[in-house]
Amino acid sequence: MIRCAIVTTCIDPTALLSEVTCRETGATSLFVGTVRDVNEGRAVTGIEYSAYTSMAQDEMVRIAHEAAERFDGVRVAIEHRVGMLYLEDISVAIAVAHARRAPAMDANRYLIEELKRRVPVWKQEHYVDGERVWVDPTATCASMPTS
Amino acid sequence: MTQLQVLLFASYAEAFGASVVTVTVPEAATSADVVSALRGLPGGQALPADPVLAVDRRYTRGVVSVAPGQEIALIPPVAGG
Repeated sequence: MIRCAIVTTCIDPTALLSEVTCRETGATSLFVGTVRDVNEGRAVTGIEYSAYTSMAQDEMVRIAHEAAERFDGVRVAIEHRVGMLYLEDISVAIAVAHARRAPAMDANRYLIEELKRRVPVWKQEHYVDGERVWVDPTATCASMPTS
Repeated sequence: MTQLQVLLFASYAEAFGASVVTVTVPEAATSADVVSALRGLPGGQALPADPVLAVDRRYTRGVVSVAPGQEIALIPPVAGG
């Protein structure tokens, strides 16, 4: 079971948990990313997320299939939100279920790391002083997405 | 020569002032031709040395052929999560 989506409304993590859990799953892991108040020492008021929606959804599905292959058929549900988000809003949620805890937890880590590295989603941080800046992880990290 | 449309997002859309631009490239064009043509447009100086391209919603590696009808996109550094 794999479902991945870019959404424009609030993410409900419990709905994702319900989606991946079934009789055969004894372990479910949940990752929730939220907007925090400070980044790189600057006070943040919110983050505006945007995406290449069709490719982002395709890339998330590819990553989820990779996780299912690497981690013994884990069940995966991912939602990433776009639009203007404010402090503590949920930007991304990843639910993973498996019969055992190790695949469920390891797959979740794999999914969020690959999502951040490969899925075409962008964020523009809004700071308290009114400035807005596109976040560029490559400015501090040399890794680039690859196929 | 042929014309191709290129999708732009985030900081690149801001730099070019558009979410889609048309570039003129040679027949039997490659991704390198697309990048070269983009550099010649207003805003093109914002591109890094080796910008990331996607064709039909997949990342490309190295130089690949591109043709009208394909969905070509220039991908700024991603920052999801």
